[in-house]
Amino acid sequence: MAKVVVVTSGKGGVGKTTTTAALGAALAQTGDKVVVVDFDVGLRNLDLVMGAERRVVFDLINVAKGEANLSQALIRDRRVDSLYLLAASQTRDKDALTEEGVGAVIADLRERFDWVICDSPAGIERGATLAMRFADLAVVVANPEVSSVRDSDRIIGLLDSKTIKAERGERMEKFLLLTRYDAARAARGDMLSVDDVLDILSIPLLGIVPESKDVLRASNIGAPVSIGNLTSPAAIAYIDAARRLCGVPVPLIRPVESKSLFGRIFTRRAA
Amino acid sequence: MMGMNIFSMFSRRSSAPVAHERLKILLTHERRSGCSQELVATLHRAVLEAIAKHIDIDPDKVDIEMRHRETFSLLEINLEIPAIIARAGADSRLRHGQAGSPQQAA
Repeated sequence: MAKVVVVTSGKGGVGKTTTTAALGAALAQTGDKVVVVDFDVGLRNLDLVMGAERRVVFDLINVAKGEANLSQALIRDRRVDSLYLLAASQTRDKDALTEEGVGAVIADLRERFDWVICDSPAGIERGATLAMRFADLAVVVANPEVSSVRDSDRIIGLLDSKTIKAERGERMEKFLLLTRYDAARAARGDMLSVDDVLDILSIPLLGIVPESKDVLRASNIGAPVSIGNLTSPAAIAYIDAARRLCGVPVPLIRPVESKSLFGRIFTRRAA
Repeated sequence: MMGMNIFSMFSRRSSAPVAHERLKILLTHERRSGCSQELVATLHRAVLEAIAKHIDIDPDKVDIEMRHRETFSLLEINLEIPAIIARAGADSRLRHGQAGSPQQAA
């Protein structure tokens, strides 16, 4: 049975699109059939991050309005056979999306795929609420930074009240994906640590993606970071997170940075 | 105590504990007010409807606020109504500013 996942955060620029692409590609590489859906109407970017920006003809709104069928709008990835993209519209305004239209498209996608991954726009308005509306589980992307954590808390509140699952009285599964994490800075007390963020948000941890040059490089070339160079710590983090989504109990090792010079001197003296 | 705490944080030059503390306090407050926002909106409509059956009332003059204390919450309702109030009942409504028999409803 298909699982519908929403990748959401409230705050912009924390890595929702990067995460959607990377999780989608990682899941598809296990052989599952995956579609990544861009809900950011007017500001689409998933196509660009996936390297399919010149192949978009029809989009989510065309399908929702019945102007095109799914087969016409789905773009198959050229690297991973079982990975597909449904782009957002770049020209229409965001009111073009209706709950009925989106509901029908999601129901259709459920029939065809193992995973439907919805890339939410930032904010808490229509696009974001529609992206989460039909989801079975949510990946909340956060940076270890106060404004991102606050917005994530707000989004968790919406996931628990505004989704179909929540309205039916069912439990909405939510997982935290902490991105742009710098273990050295956290160890120095200059950045919120994994435990700080978990203490505040109180949802299970799906993964920790370290701050990495590979993420920008991947978007530069238009390839999900989880395709290709699999020695990259960011790629490994996403692949492990995807396996956890599949229910594989991959141990989550907290990134620890070797102590700073100052820390080492201090420890030696104490010893 | 608190002052010393903050001082020791700064002397260690670590800002993460400050961020953690600020978020904890802020989100405790926001979670409570977040839950009550919809309730306040519902009460606002209900109060307006109930009063409007008896008195002509300007919807903008109804002010409802929820204040949270440690162990309880306080619902504050402020209504501005026309100066003259007629006998209760839908038939004897008075319009704002209209002079009528200066009787007060019990």
